[in-house]
Amino acid sequence: MMNKDVVIKVENLGKQYRLGEIGSGTFAGELVRFIRNIRGKQTDDLITDNDRTVQAKKGDIVWAAKDINFEVKRGEVLGIIGKNGAGKSTLLKMLSRVTAPSVGSIKVKGRIASLLEVGTGFHPDLTGRENIFLNGAILGMTKNEIRSKFDEIVDFSGVARYIDTPVKRYSSGMYVRLAFAVAAHLEPEILIVDEVLAVGDIEFQRKCLGKMKDVSGEGRTVIFVSHNMGAVKSLCQTGIVMKNGTMDFAGNINDCVSRYLKINTTENEGDVVVEKKGTGTGEALIKRIQLINEDNNTAESVLYKSPIKIRIFVESSIEIPKASLDVKISDKDGSILFHALNIYHNQALPLQIGENIFETEIDNQLLPGGFLASVGVHNAATYYTMDYQENIMAFEVIKAAINAAESYPYEWVVAPAMAKSDWKKIK
Amino acid sequence: MKETFDYEIGAKKSLLSFNFKELWRYRDLISLLVKRDYVAVYKQTVLGPVWFFIQPLITSLIFTLIFGNIANLAPEGKPPFLFFLCGQTFWNYFASCLTATSNTFVANASVFGKVYFPRLAVPISVVISNLLKFSLQFLMLILVWIYYYFDGTYNIQVNLSLLLIPFYLLLMAIMGLGAGLVISSLTTRYRDFTFLVGFGVQLLMWATPVVYHLETLKTKSLLGYQFVKINPMTSIMEAAKYGFDCGGSFNPILLTYSAVFAGLLMLFGIVIFNRVEKTFMDTV
Repeated sequence: MMNKDVVIKVENLGKQYRLGEIGSGTFAGELVRFIRNIRGKQTDDLITDNDRTVQAKKGDIVWAAKDINFEVKRGEVLGIIGKNGAGKSTLLKMLSRVTAPSVGSIKVKGRIASLLEVGTGFHPDLTGRENIFLNGAILGMTKNEIRSKFDEIVDFSGVARYIDTPVKRYSSGMYVRLAFAVAAHLEPEILIVDEVLAVGDIEFQRKCLGKMKDVSGEGRTVIFVSHNMGAVKSLCQTGIVMKNGTMDFAGNINDCVSRYLKINTTENEGDVVVEKKGTGTGEALIKRIQLINEDNNTAESVLYKSPIKIRIFVESSIEIPKASLDVKISDKDGSILFHALNIYHNQALPLQIGENIFETEIDNQLLPGGFLASVGVHNAATYYTMDYQENIMAFEVIKAAINAAESYPYEWVVAPAMAKSDWKKIK
Repeated sequence: MKETFDYEIGAKKSLLSFNFKELWRYRDLISLLVKRDYVAVYKQTVLGPVWFFIQPLITSLIFTLIFGNIANLAPEGKPPFLFFLCGQTFWNYFASCLTATSNTFVANASVFGKVYFPRLAVPISVVISNLLKFSLQFLMLILVWIYYYFDGTYNIQVNLSLLLIPFYLLLMAIMGLGAGLVISSLTTRYRDFTFLVGFGVQLLMWATPVVYHLETLKTKSLLGYQFVKINPMTSIMEAAKYGFDCGGSFNPILLTYSAVFAGLLMLFGIVIFNRVEKTFMDTV
């Protein structure tokens, strides 16, 4: 009965932001708006949806989050996933009371602690010890709670030797470890975590993930936002997929992850016409990506053990003697398996104004299954990315082949890819 | 079954819904913020808290020289140094409360943007840490006063209104906090107010009998006298000086006026702070 308790109930939640610069420019205009604001009246009701690629007019109002409804039960670990700009952070900010929603409500049972960042309020001049207390108090702990956990925190952070040194003398790794250690020892009923796992070295990251698992194992409610699909899958049971400020999907975490990765890729497999600029300066744009089979035609799948040929169409507005092109192959959870880059092989690729077509042939170590390809074009001299399209193309590696020796003969697939290995009997 | 929730986060909040219980729960945070203010300021200084004494001492010396000896503003028959030191000490408390709290939202935006805690904890901690600073300077003032008392060059009497000093302090804290809250709320949108506070506090000092005596002003400029009397800080400053018997005057009616003014200002400050604290992250 207790386990079925709803601890967070979100109803019709929405948040709008005004685009462009804040301020109407004239003193009189500001005065009028300010008085209206004080009286709690909406000043504008222009509404556009959350498509961020459309150039905004000044004063446009955008819904960073809209029509959000969900419930979190006690002990549930909920993952929130979505592309950059899907409204995840806005939702988190509202949940952690950093900013108030424009409409709707969030009802909460119990104490919420949110970790949107580690080390909030750390003062560089204070010692590690003083900062543990200050940061702990900011996160909602009392002095006694901190005192009782102090040794544990110091132990977890591994900076015991420097605990009476001002944190400005710390290395960035030590700083982050101390900060996370304080956060990890919070004991709220509900914990909200935003991608703080992406800090520190591998060993510490593992420690953090372990700690997060412990927290959820203790039956506390956790809301977790991350881009790391592996971490989300291993920590959460349920999930929400955000897209353009609204909830795209909610349910079982595995369904959420596959749904999310589909959002990221175009429906087209094998031959993708790119419509929007990805991340980068935009001096050169990736226009089209094709998967090429042995017969030089576009295909949606590659045979097991046959090379992966990818053709990249780039429209450039500048001329560069050395461009660098890369393809990242990820499994269907979004974890990167391989990185193919011309620089690795000292192959110079010049970029001309107008259309350029590049082709790469990647040695295929993949085992049957679904995969994603991300493609990027960069300036090899400055390392600036001109365009990068993440998980832009989905493709499959399939078992059957005409040549029996090259086909995959097994029912099981242990890993997404095989390691190239040489075997012999030595005794 | 009707579900019960501990609290609700919504778009609207009534004007005066103020959660004192929550603020009380965060009292440890307030005390740690006070400690931070105190410790952090004097890290890596040799003299440390001695700076608390040096600043009013030297300022008072210079005031004695300029306003006392050249401009002849100090009252007759009272030690000029005590007069200026007393004005400085009390004025500094009000001015630093106002200046520091008026910066609350902008200076703490990075923290406020990541974690929720009752925002009022920050300005309250500022007022308290300034009180610590004041009490050190006040100690110095008392020592100087004792010196003049036993020195015998000037005729200084002990008077009972000294017992009202905590009340003056409370009034100044409330007024500084109230004005600070209003200004910090406005600063989230309009940075103009940061500039205004900077020289506004300086101007206000001249409109308060800090370096002059209200009675002296009356004899020299009646208009100025009427104007300065409206200033709610005037009665407090005068009464504090009266308490140390180094000039000043004690006016219960004007003090009541100051108290009412402080209360209203504080109320207005809380209302406007309440309004702003929920969404200031979007505009700051």
